[in-house]
Amino acid sequence: MTIYLDHAATAPINDAAIDALNTQMRKLGNASSVHNPGRAVRKDVEDARHKLSELVGANPSEIIFTGSGTEANNLAIKGFFWQAPERNVIVTSAFEHHAILDPVEWLVEHEAAEEIRIPITKAGVIDLDFLKNIVATRGSEIAVISVMHSNNELGSIQPIAEVVKIAGNIPVHTDAVQSFGKVEFNFAKLGVTAATISAHKVGGPLGIAVLILKRGLDLTPILHGGGQEREIRSGTLNAPSIVAFTAAAEFAIANREINFAKIRELRDYFIAGLKKCVPDVTINSISDPALPGIVNATFSGTESDALLLLLDTEGISASAGSACSAGVPRPSHVLVALGLSESDADASLRISIGTTNTKAEIDQVLAVMPSVVERARNAFVVSGLN
Amino acid sequence: MKLIAAMSGGVDSAVAAARAVEAGHEVIGVHLALSSNPQKYRSGARGCCTIEDSHDARRAADVIGIPFYIWDMAEEFHDGVVENFLSEYADGRTPNPCLRCNEKIKFAAVLDRAKGLGFDGVITGHYAQMQETPLGRVMHRAVDPGKDQSYVLAVLNTEQLAGAHFPLGDTVKDQVRIEAKRRGLYVANKPDSHDICFVPSGDNAGWLRDRLGSEVGSIVDEDGKKLGEHKGAYTYTIGQRRGLGITIPAAGGEPRYVLKIEPKTNTVVVGSHEALAVSKIVGDRPIWCGPEPTINTEHRGFAQVRAHGSPLACTYVQSGTEIKVELDESLFGLAAGQGLVIYDGDRVVGSATVAHTE
Repeated sequence: MTIYLDHAATAPINDAAIDALNTQMRKLGNASSVHNPGRAVRKDVEDARHKLSELVGANPSEIIFTGSGTEANNLAIKGFFWQAPERNVIVTSAFEHHAILDPVEWLVEHEAAEEIRIPITKAGVIDLDFLKNIVATRGSEIAVISVMHSNNELGSIQPIAEVVKIAGNIPVHTDAVQSFGKVEFNFAKLGVTAATISAHKVGGPLGIAVLILKRGLDLTPILHGGGQEREIRSGTLNAPSIVAFTAAAEFAIANREINFAKIRELRDYFIAGLKKCVPDVTINSISDPALPGIVNATFSGTESDALLLLLDTEGISASAGSACSAGVPRPSHVLVALGLSESDADASLRISIGTTNTKAEIDQVLAVMPSVVERARNAFVVSGLN
Repeated sequence: MKLIAAMSGGVDSAVAAARAVEAGHEVIGVHLALSSNPQKYRSGARGCCTIEDSHDARRAADVIGIPFYIWDMAEEFHDGVVENFLSEYADGRTPNPCLRCNEKIKFAAVLDRAKGLGFDGVITGHYAQMQETPLGRVMHRAVDPGKDQSYVLAVLNTEQLAGAHFPLGDTVKDQVRIEAKRRGLYVANKPDSHDICFVPSGDNAGWLRDRLGSEVGSIVDEDGKKLGEHKGAYTYTIGQRRGLGITIPAAGGEPRYVLKIEPKTNTVVVGSHEALAVSKIVGDRPIWCGPEPTINTEHRGFAQVRAHGSPLACTYVQSGTEIKVELDESLFGLAAGQGLVIYDGDRVVGSATVAHTE
């Protein structure tokens, strides 16, 4: 028995996506070829692009397919930075995903970029006054502002429209990987210059994502070799994954409001139950508006890796912060940015509820939580050097 | 039993975990992220960690079919083992960090955490054998004399031993590799590690110099006569003959050996081979790996002072805070800080840290 409560990491692929993937994989042809089979695949890709562009409120030509959300974020950060050699400042927020923070850090180390991180308020949103001040004083130096649409560990939705207003002519990128398909997301309405969305968070396959980039803009590519996607991204178009992405997105958006209500209800039920069975729990994901299914909770006096191990042995899949490439758990930078101490950040879990979860599953989780927390506390008390 | 298998990414711990599963235990694999080994660790936005070894361990766990997690013990390892290693050398002693790691990390921090989480004990790929006796569990040498690791495990007290499981003690290493291959573990041919894990270059002296400095000091004879200079007294070991760089020959022309390291005056004392002879050893911090020998009574046994040193016939007396050993025949060259392990035949009686010698 597995109770999967890690939908923010990756969501189950839906039937519509699997069907689309299977059908397309049987079709021969490279979408860039001039012959009949090539043109047929190209049509499928462009149909999918068109549909997807409608779903995100963009023009078809604004959809640039990439191999992952990480690639799309790298392309946005490095692309905007290299496109404006006279501007060396990159503004991000303190709780961005590592797919934003790491390329920025790389540019700082190798390309003399300067990084400015917008602090986070207690409510889990960026400090807009800080941003206003930075734009007012150093606006002419800023190559790009990148703020996530919603935070992956807290679920809090960020005031991106406000960011766009403050930014003026400075390009604004938003990592909308967690938001797309779960809450309203419309590229044109938001007014951002670029945005990242990814298939596997909305029931699509792994290995396909999109950088939505305003028409008429150029970005310096990070991959070269064919220029298939607007001369900005090279690589043979992954037709099966592209059509499956669109199928998954269609399904997710058609059911978005129903799913939002269902997941939100489960989330509230879980939080209420958790507060009863572990009374000293602290809920960190308190802001509104927010994604429907994210619960971030601190169980003081524990370590998250112990909590995860114990939950895993009970068949419950949750997550915490992030791990390095070798898998060593690290206190969540998101929670540290929120103002938690390192030890409390290290004692926190993220539970992300999705469409497949049920009330019965939540009840089962609540039934084992007190014992899991107690054992994790025992381990915390007795371990350490004698 | 519910057991944690400490998996280093090497062949021994992988086979040990597989054997425990086969024996019917509920096993979870854990890789310990231990130290900032500069050649194996990568530095990035998320700190440092072993990459290749942790992947090998994870892959082995997958093949065996057990859950796998990484435990970050880097801080404990640094504070408990690496810092101790440095401070011991700075005090002119010669520590054994593997003994320290077993005592403070693998069978303390890890075992305690395992117990707190509801597990019964820790499995490792160490080569030693356990025996249950009416007086409790005791530890014996492994059947493979070339791999026997009872020396570095002699720091475990009876409570730690009760939670320790060494499934490989009855097997020779070659057979373990064959078994690994049969089990489909691709680490079957992974070379053994020999160096101190946090000194991957093997250049212990260079590693110490980088951290403790290389202050020039005197090399003197037993009468205090200066014979030459050195770059950091702690980079020498008792009994060392080569690399002293002394140009003044001894009166009789015989070679000179390091006899003593005096960290306070940063002096290395050298002398003849005879002067290295040790017949009496006093060890402090005694730890008993089974029944405690009666106090203030002479016992016969064997003393071993290096991981793969010979067992030396001896008479020993323990006072509760010290073990005094009188060797039947002298050994040559023994430094304070080394581990002194007492055996009764193949059974490990206990251990102490060499405090001084005569």
